[in-house]
Amino acid sequence: MSEVKFSKEHEWIKLEGEVATIGITKHASEMLGDIVFTELPEKGSNVEKDGTAGVIESTKAASDIYTPVSGEVADINQSVVDDPSKINSDPEGEAWLFKLKIKDRSEMDSLMNREQYDKFAKESSS
Amino acid sequence: MEMKKTSLFNLHKKNGAKFVEFAGYQMPIQYKDGVIHEHKYTRSKSGVFDVSHMGQLFIYDVEGLTESLEKVFPADLKNLNINQSKYSFLMNEEGGIYDDLIITKINEGYMIILNAACKYQDFKIIKEKLDNKHQMALKDNLSLVAIQGPDAKNVLGKIIANSDKLKFMNGCNFDFEGTKIYITRSGYTGEDGFEISIDNSKVEKFVEILLDNGSKLIGLGARDTLRLEAGLCLYGNDINNNTSPIEANLKWAISKNRIETEYPGSDIIKSQIKNGVDKLRVGIELETRVIAREETKIFNEQNKEIGKVTSGTFGPSVERPIAMGYVDNNYSSLNTKVFLEVRGKKIAAKICNLPFYKKNHVKGETNV
Repeated sequence: MSEVKFSKEHEWIKLEGEVATIGITKHASEMLGDIVFTELPEKGSNVEKDGTAGVIESTKAASDIYTPVSGEVADINQSVVDDPSKINSDPEGEAWLFKLKIKDRSEMDSLMNREQYDKFAKESSS
Repeated sequence: MEMKKTSLFNLHKKNGAKFVEFAGYQMPIQYKDGVIHEHKYTRSKSGVFDVSHMGQLFIYDVEGLTESLEKVFPADLKNLNINQSKYSFLMNEEGGIYDDLIITKINEGYMIILNAACKYQDFKIIKEKLDNKHQMALKDNLSLVAIQGPDAKNVLGKIIANSDKLKFMNGCNFDFEGTKIYITRSGYTGEDGFEISIDNSKVEKFVEILLDNGSKLIGLGARDTLRLEAGLCLYGNDINNNTSPIEANLKWAISKNRIETEYPGSDIIKSQIKNGVDKLRVGIELETRVIAREETKIFNEQNKEIGKVTSGTFGPSVERPIAMGYVDNNYSSLNTKVFLEVRGKKIAAKICNLPFYKKNHVKGETNV
């Protein structure tokens, strides 16, 4: 069974075995507005928990993508680089951003579950 | 300080606006549909903009007003007809720009539309320069709305008969339900359009009728992408106290018969026209989808810093990143290869013509 968790930087992470899929939440995509540019980490590179792993730009501003856990980039979603607006239409599904081969499963422990995140998102936007 | 609201605040809210602070006002940055949709709607149909935060300055006619104002602005006001408008500048003695503005000659004297962030300072500067001799008023009882886009003339024409007969950069008084309103054919999007000065008590109803006739409210987000595609300057970004109209490539806005005459900064402007300028505002075309925002550094092929981006965004109609900025004048010619430093990486770009998006506004006597 897969496990989905959320970070305070509004990323979601789904762990299946050793591979985590990461994207931004629907709440984050709504806050950003129309997304027009995406830059993702390079395949094979290593990213550190809470470090930057790319950039998303909306018509208004640039925002960093943070990775909620450490690992080696196993895959990136080229379709959101080609058409960044996909992140607005399906951020928690088809428009995932990158996959990591994770190093330390315990890094997941400090992240929020869906219920905690929804509460956090509601509070941080009010 | 409490933030000010325009008379359309409740209508914005009702239409799902997200608000931002702009020059002390709570203004709509976008509505439910978002920036790209709003931008494209304005280009294909028509959009309504609340610009009531801008200053509406009236200076009333007494003997000698035109002569006095010509000492303040580098515009040919003597040959301006009643109801004709002109783009001009309030300048400092160094040739820098305190504000860019639109002057319209009206029956009572002059109406000047000022940028929101500059309006109180402008008022003081102009009053001082006129030696307090003329009666001036910044009208808080008036709202200002713009309707822009190819359908603007039809939508507005249905409500205000004959408004579609106005020529570009001309205005006139009209009647809306017994109230006098003033309409000019002008705008800030590169589209045909109008700006309507109307009493605060009538503006909500007026805008609701525009919306009922197929127009949509457009926020400041799309206003910015529209004006940048049209190559128009945003005061504070692309022009300021330290840029002259010549450096900003806006020489056309200094009336030809005023170049040899006196106005604030005229000596410097004359010398810049004669000897050239060190930096020049240019359009910049990027070769990738990376967006270079304001303050992005510009380099030449030898990696020497030659300028900075002053506005940059994604252009929804041209479907690519667009930017403008100032470069060392040695690198300002068309197609010069430059590099923009974005997040530590050098992105290839070249100097290009402005506007990015071809203008669509009606022709008429423009006097420029």
